[in-house]
Parts: sequence; C-alpha cells; structure tokens
Amino acid sequence: MRISTTWLRDYLKLDIPADELAEKIERTAVEVDGVIRPSEGLKKVVVGHVLECEPHPDSDHLHVCQVDVGEEEPLQIVCGAPNVAAGENVIVALPNSWIGDHTKIKKGKMRGIVSFGMLCALDELGFDEKLVPKEVADGIFILPADAVPGEPVFSYIGMDDEIIDLSITPNRGDMLSMNGTAHELAAIYDQKPTMPTVDLQESATDVAEDDLTVQVDADETDVPTYKMRLIKNVTVKPSPLWLQVRIWNAGMRPINNVVDATNYVLMQYGQPLHAFDYDQLTAGKINVRLAKEGEHLTTLDGEDRELLPTDLLICSDDQPICLAGAMGGLDTEVTDKTTTIALEGAVFDAVRIRKAAHNHDLHSEASMRYERGIDHGMTGTALDAAAAMIAELGDGTVAKGMAVGRDEDVQPVTVAITLSRINHVLGTELTNETVADIFKRLDFPTVVADDTFTVTVPSRRWDIHLPADLIEEVARLYGYDNLPATLPTGQPTIGKLNETQQVIRNSRKLMESAGLTQAISYSLTTAEKAHAFALHASELTNLDFPMSSERTALRLSLVSGLLDDLAYNNARKEHNVALYEEGRVFYSQPEEVRPVEVEHIAGAITGSMVKKSWGVAEQPVDFYQIKGIVASYLKSLALAEEVRYVANSDHAEMHPGRTANIYVGDQLVGFVGEVHPTTAKAYKVRETYVFELDLTALIALPKARQQYQPISKFPSMTRDVAMLIDDNVTNATIVALINQKGGAHLQDVQLFDVYNGSHVPDGKKSLAYTLTYQNQDATLVDEEVTQAFDKVLTALTDELGAEIR
Amino acid sequence: MSLQDRLTELRDQGLADIKSADVLRKVNQVKVDLLGKKGPITEVLRGMRDLSPEERPKVGAYANEVRDKLQAAIDQRHAELEQAVINKQLAAETLDVTLPGRDVAQGQPHVITQIITELEDLFMGMGYQIVDGDEVEEDYYNFERLNLPKDHPARDMQDTFYITKDVLLRTQTSADQPRSLENHDFSKGPLKVLSPGRVYRRDTDDATHSHQFHQIEGLVVDKHITMADLKGTLTLVAQTLFGDQFDVRLRPSFFPFTEPSVEADVTCFKCNGKGCAICKQTGWIEVLGAGMVHPHVLEMSGIDPEVYGGFAFGLGPDRFAMLKYGVDDIRNFYLNDVRFLSQFYKKG
Repeated sequence: MRISTTWLRDYLKLDIPADELAEKIERTAVEVDGVIRPSEGLKKVVVGHVLECEPHPDSDHLHVCQVDVGEEEPLQIVCGAPNVAAGENVIVALPNSWIGDHTKIKKGKMRGIVSFGMLCALDELGFDEKLVPKEVADGIFILPADAVPGEPVFSYIGMDDEIIDLSITPNRGDMLSMNGTAHELAAIYDQKPTMPTVDLQESATDVAEDDLTVQVDADETDVPTYKMRLIKNVTVKPSPLWLQVRIWNAGMRPINNVVDATNYVLMQYGQPLHAFDYDQLTAGKINVRLAKEGEHLTTLDGEDRELLPTDLLICSDDQPICLAGAMGGLDTEVTDKTTTIALEGAVFDAVRIRKAAHNHDLHSEASMRYERGIDHGMTGTALDAAAAMIAELGDGTVAKGMAVGRDEDVQPVTVAITLSRINHVLGTELTNETVADIFKRLDFPTVVADDTFTVTVPSRRWDIHLPADLIEEVARLYGYDNLPATLPTGQPTIGKLNETQQVIRNSRKLMESAGLTQAISYSLTTAEKAHAFALHASELTNLDFPMSSERTALRLSLVSGLLDDLAYNNARKEHNVALYEEGRVFYSQPEEVRPVEVEHIAGAITGSMVKKSWGVAEQPVDFYQIKGIVASYLKSLALAEEVRYVANSDHAEMHPGRTANIYVGDQLVGFVGEVHPTTAKAYKVRETYVFELDLTALIALPKARQQYQPISKFPSMTRDVAMLIDDNVTNATIVALINQKGGAHLQDVQLFDVYNGSHVPDGKKSLAYTLTYQNQDATLVDEEVTQAFDKVLTALTDELGAEIR
Repeated sequence: MSLQDRLTELRDQGLADIKSADVLRKVNQVKVDLLGKKGPITEVLRGMRDLSPEERPKVGAYANEVRDKLQAAIDQRHAELEQAVINKQLAAETLDVTLPGRDVAQGQPHVITQIITELEDLFMGMGYQIVDGDEVEEDYYNFERLNLPKDHPARDMQDTFYITKDVLLRTQTSADQPRSLENHDFSKGPLKVLSPGRVYRRDTDDATHSHQFHQIEGLVVDKHITMADLKGTLTLVAQTLFGDQFDVRLRPSFFPFTEPSVEADVTCFKCNGKGCAICKQTGWIEVLGAGMVHPHVLEMSGIDPEVYGGFAFGLGPDRFAMLKYGVDDIRNFYLNDVRFLSQFYKKG
C-alpha cells in the first residue's frame, strides 16, 4: 500500500520528515518497503507556455515551438508529440536538465533546427507506463491553464509528494486504507485525526429502489452486506488533475471520473466498490449467488472465464455480470457512453474471494482487501462517499436511498483485560494510566474498573478480539525498545542431547577425522535417483504436484545425492572429493499416513584422499580404504555383536565383485563398495567408492559392555604363517578357522601380506598372518605354542587346502 | 735431565699433541701413548725409586699434577671433537622446515551444521531440549494446530509441497511444537525446546530462494514467561552468533501462531549500525521472527492459556550463514562444491 504523505496531511498535523515517519511506522505498526520520492534525481524541469507552434520545415511530424519558461526570452524547442499546440502549458526539460531514467537533456539540433530542451510526457519523467492515463499516453502532458511558466513542474503533477510504501501483514488489513493509516498514526503521535465527512445530496424525486432491485441468494457468511446506489445523468470523462494525482500516487492508473472515484474511495476507506453501467443490466434486477457448473463470464480484461461452483457471482436477472470481489464483467463496464451508474458496496467472505482470486489468477486491489477482511461497519459510508463524488465529478444526481440486498448489523467487539495480565505477559510494570492512555490514543472507548480494562474495539480494527490482541496493541505503542531484556526464570531444566543426537554428533566428528567433509544434499530428487542405492526396497514418497521433474520424490539413500555432489565437483575439475552426509531417508509405508524417516550416514570418495605433494604420491582410494573408514567408525560404536562384511552382488548400482553388505549379528545395517561403472557413468562420476549405513538401526543395536581386562604380566609369543591357497577362499574364512583352532592362548590374528602376482600359480593367492599367543597367568612355553600353532597349520591344510610355505 | 724437567718436557709435548689431534681416534692414541701403563709418565714414576726420600714427594706431586693436567686436556679435547662430530651430523641433517607437512586427510562440518551446533550448545546451556521433528508432517500439525486454518492468507507466505491432501513436507520446524506441547508433562517443569532441521517450500531455486533450507525454532512455555524474557533470549542469540557488541531490536509483525508477534533486527555487523549497503542504510538486519505463543495454539494442545504462556522464535541458519560469511547465493549450501565447503574450517 502506497501512502501519500500529502494525502495523510489532510487528516493529521505531521511536521515530520517522511523517513522519520516511515521509521516510526516500521517500529510500531507494519514493515515499510521504502519511501518513494517521484521527483528524486530530476532537475530543471519546469512549466512552459507554448507561445508559437509551427511545423518543422524538414519534417512531416515535428513542430518548432517558442516556449515561455519564465525567462526574458522564450526558448525554441522542437517537439514531435502530436498534441503540442500554441496556448498550452507543458512540461519543459530545460537544457542540462535531468529527467527520468537518469537521462540528461542537452541543447541539440533536430533536422537542422536548434532545440533548447524538450517537452515531456509523463513516462519521460519516470512515471511507470502502467500509471499513465491512456488519453495522455501518446503525447506530451498538458498542464492546467493556471500553471506558472518557469516554476518547477513537480507540485502540479504530485511529484513533490513523498510516498511511504507499506508492506502490510495479513492481520493489518485496516492499514490498506488512508483512513486506517491515519488512525494508526494518530495513535502513534497522540493526535486526533480530522476524518473526512460525506456530503451526499440525494435526489428528491428519483428513488433507487424504483429502478433497482437487489436480491442476495448466497448465504449470510458469504455475503453479509450487499447494497447499491444509483447515480443518474452522469457524464463520464477524465478526472480532474488533483484526483488523477492521488490515483497515480497510490499506484493506480486514472481511467475516468467514475472509476477513479470508486478507486479513490477504495484507497480512502479500504472498501472495494464496483460501478456497473445501469443500462446494460436487465430490468434493473441484481442477484448475488454462487456460480453453477459450466457458466461463463467475460471479465473486464477480455478473458472468457469458466466459472467454478465456489465463485460468488453478481448477476443481472440471473446472468453473470461480475466475479464478486475480483473483477467486473465486460458487458456492464462503465464507458464514455454510460449515463446511469449502479454502484455496489458489499462485504464478501474472505475465503471465497481468496479462492476465486487464486483459481482465476485475478489479484486486484479489491480482492487483496477482501482476502484480508474489510471494515464491515464502513460499507454504507464508503458507498455514500463514492456516490457523492461520482455525482459531483460527473454532474449527475444520486437517487434517493439504497437498494439493499442484505445489511449486516455490525456490533463492536468488547474485550476485557487486566493490568496485571498485561504486565505478566510483557514483563513490565506499566501503570493503569499508561495503559489507559494507549487505549485512548487508539480511540478505543475503554471503561476502567480497578485494574480491569473493558475495551470497545471499533469495527475498523477487526483484527482485535482477544486479550492477547490488546496486549500487542499496548506493547507496540508502549514501544518494544522500552521492554526490559531478561531470561526465563522458574524451575531449572537440564538440557542435553539424547542418545541418538549424541551418536549423530559423534558420528559427524568421526567422519571428519577420517577425512570426509560434511555435505548437505537435496532430499528431493528424481524417482530414479530416489530409488537408487536403497538399502531396503520401498515405494517412493512422491510429491503431489512437483515444481520440476528434477525434484519429485524423497530419497531412499544418501549415496545417490552424494554422487550428484561428486558430479558437480568433477564437472569443475575437482577430482579428489571425499564427502559424507548424515540425514534422513524416507521409506513409504502404504498402511500409514506418513513415511517412516530413518537416519542414515553415508560417504562417497573419489580420487585420492591425500593431496599429491612432495614425497607423497596420490593414493587413489580403493575398496579397502573406504572399508577401513567404515570399520573404524563402526568400532567406535562399540556394538555388542560382531560386524560382518558379506560379499554381495545384488545391488544394481554397485560393482558386483566389489561390494559387501554389512551385518551386525544377523541384521543388515548397510553396504560398502565401489559404484558400478555403468552407474558411475550415468551420474557422471569417476571411479567412486561409497558406503551407506542405517544409523537408526545402529543406534538401536545392543552395545558391548565395556570392562577392563588386566594387562598380562607375562610375555607374548608370535608365530607367522604364510600359505598358498585357492583364490576363492576368503580372508574371513581363514581367520575364522584360525580362531576356531587357535587354542586358549591365541590372542590375535593379524594379516600382514597378500600376494597374487606372477610368482603365484593361477587361481591361487599367497596370504601371511601373524598369530599372537599369550597366557594371562603364566609364561608360555615354546612347546605349548608350537603345539597350538601346528594344530592351526593342520586345519588350514586339511580343511582349506592351504599349502603352508 | 732431572725427572722434573723430563715431566715438564712430557707435559709440553703432550699438550701440543693433544692440541693437534683433530679426530677422536688421535686423541685416544695420545691418551694411550702418554698415560698408558707403558707410557712415559708411568716410566717417570717408576724412576722415582732412585730418588732421595726428600725429593720423592715433590716429584710425585709434580708428576700427579702433570698427569691431571694432561688428562684434563685430553677430556676437553675429546669433548670438543665429539661436539664437532655431532654438529657436523646435525648440520647435515638440517631440513627446510618451511616445506609443507605430510597431509593428513581431514574433513570439516558443513557451515550450516556449525551454526546449528553453536545454537544447540547455547540453548542446552539454558536448559533446552533439542527436538528433531519429522520432515514429512501432517497439514494438521504444520498449519492448523499453529492457528493457520485452511485458506488463511498467511499460508501464501509458505507455499507448500504436498504429498497428499493432508500430508506435506514441513514448511517450518515449528510444525513440531504442537507435538511437544501435547506430550509435555508440565508437572515436571517448564517446556523448553529447540527444534533445528530441514524445511521445504515450494520455491524455484535462485540466489536467494531454495526449496530446501533450515530452520531453528525455539519454544518456552511455563507459568510465567514474559516478552522481556523473549527479548533477553534473542539478544543472547545475536551476541553468541555475531558478538557481544550486537544489539537486538523488536518490530511488530504477524505470525498466526504468536500474539504479539515481532521481527527481530540485529545491529548490522558489516557497519556496526552506521548504515551500509548490506543493511540498506538502516543499521539493522532482520534475522528472526518471534512472539508470545498464541492462546489458540495452547488451547488446541490442551493447555490453559490463562495459566500457561510462553514465547516462540524461529530463525534461518542459511540466512545467518549468508549474512555472517557474506555468502551471496543460497544454492552454495546444497551443491557441496568442495571449494565452498572447505572455506569453513572451524570444527563443529
């Protein structure tokens, strides 16, 4: 809402700079988007009187004008506008003047004739084209006859105004009007505003109801008030300049005196009004109802609209003529030929209008106000004011009375609140006097009894109906700056992370210490990527109405998003990337309303984790490096049951020979491995290793009970075994067998060499382990160890076909 | 030649030899040659048998003196040469300490996580519990229970991704507030919760909009919670995130779930309130929304607004990070360019 400070001064004494006023509004009422000064940056633009206007000798459209600009000698100015003529007062941009768009005007020649400046149209002064009246859009602007040549032009066309652009929150619809804003400022500055009065002269003979009948079929909540006035013998013509100025400074385009009057009253009272050409109505019969399936209406903008059963309609003899609160119909539009005006003043339900505006994409000054609600008590006054104004501007007469379809009996709301409650909520020590003064400034009649205020809230502040609303009024007018700053007191509480939160935090630190940087990727992705790398198959959670095909479903894995991140980096020549993410995946559960959200942690590594440097070669990541990261991370969780890595070739997106499912006991908790080369190509990433772990499951699993083991005082002994064994025998199998046969004193089995190069026969590999033996209670004897070790060797030979080397 | 003279000669010769020994081996040789059992000093001492009893102690004393002097010279020379050897070795081992150290792979927390963690720690210190609500929420909890009935104009402020008619991606982490309110046992003390997390809005991604971003919502409900408490709490937040010299001011605003509602501005950290391009010459930057919990919200959760009241606030870590570090494009937070992520090297 654009608030003209010139207009405001009709109501209030405001000797305050606009910036200060704006700041005060922002601190006390609503946000301010800025202060607009239409003449800002413009210089040496003055009134000129065209003394002579001759055709340019070398042009079929230019004119050479002699213009009085208040100097001794007139200026010669060449002008191309079709409407330039001798005797007119015009806008002159003098030589070396500045006009709109930071343009400087200099003396120049046009087809050989010197021109000292330029005659201007409104848009050349920086007017938004949408605000320029259509009748002056194609030529220069003609100023009133009493304009004084040589004077700056700004005051004549309202460009000396300072306009405060308010950003109105949904609760403060009352400030979408000059009156509402004036009341607000009156409260802020403790003034009594001079509000406009309506001087309506009704015809003694013509009676509105004789020519116009109004019937409201829609129910009372949808249309609490609907009434009309009839204005006869109106001459439709452009509005006087003062009105045009107010209209365009309010951000609207002047149309004609009738429409401008309704818009003026709209701005003044916040009451939308609609003027119909009475002669286009059928038999003067108006009815208001909901639309029926299949009905159509061509609106003012020329659009043929299919109406919805939720649309409120104004009908003439049951034919749609207006989409209530949003836009009128083309057939009943006020034109130059209109002489009789049927003027509507109505209250429509906010939700109805909101839906209509949304469904038909018709957002107008009227719909914006109806959506936020309007002052139900002001409809009649606004209707009278507009009728009086139309009659005055169009030399018409207002028929006696109104045609009333429905008239709501509007009662003010009474809200009671105590002083102690106010101070209790605000943390203040306000006195009765302070609070009473605030209600007085708001012009809310108040009865004070002991510490109770019984406040009568006028209908213009329909946002207030609870004690909490009154507390807000007191708080903002008292000033938030004046509130003390304290911290909550009362019973102390303990703030600490729960187990899940603690594990998540620790997990992040462990991943970072392992060299992985935290990524936060998008949860929404394509259906295909949402399915990819899922640990468990699931239906997707799809958006009902996605914005783009890139973001349609919630992810089932984090790896998928991490690969997108890697691709982004690879495309920017960052080939060494190690990322992890901690976040949710979403398993659809058809029997439930919502999907189940599971915390996962995942990593993706490509290239080398260590930068190539002097003395350090790049170390391209491989399966065992990422497995090492996963293993040491899982170790830190101190799980009670053993972690197992089981080769798996079932993940479609993973390398079938380089992927392990991870089990804790028998529970599948994740996987680790290399991304399938085909998948990698599809994601546009290079060789990449990933893991995905179900963190929710890991947190829920039983933890090992940690108990100190005494450190043996007796020395340990080691034995090394190297063996040649079939390729398909896994390390896990060998270690399991060694542990099984190792005897009571076997403490540790450590793999220290793997070789399957040229010195090893095809289908075989060479493995070497160190076995560590130790007795808690005695020094081991060599023979004991040898005996135990030999058992292991025998088992390896017999059961796994190992050839001990 | 008297024995004394012989000793003097040996001393002078010996000292010269020691001095000229330039390696440890030569010093050791001098020691063996002079002081060994078959050396000349020993020989002189043996010759003392022939001296008179008067002379013997004098010569003996002198011999000891010479021997000690030589021994001391040898020890000193030995030490000098040993030091030289070490010095030489150390000189040979000297490194260019400005060469870079060997890289240890180190990751870092996301900048958004850093901000969330910092605030979580601040609020846990004040007795708040951290609550992680669901990202997929019912319309009922995300909107209706927060006093945003269907068709409320304020819903326009939060264009929404719906899954079904009644289920959506939460547009605010305050979606979790009704659940916190209805689950809390007030006989055990006040409700103090902080809900950080991901939220979603139906927005087209550009430099200042993201369909996914983060929010941190705080909620305190007890028998005597005031707006002054809210102001004090927000001031603490600003000072924790930006610094002690920062101030907070409140302005009226509108949120359906609070009444009164305010926006909080923080002193512009770029110009310290003097006015600059970042704060549009106002000296203040809008950073969060807050207010006193609306009585309807309490009522809908079965809490008597006559007895209990509280405050709620919400802020955007993304916006905080953009302001604090001068990040000009919100998409940077979700594209995970390592050249971006690695700039925020503080550990969480």
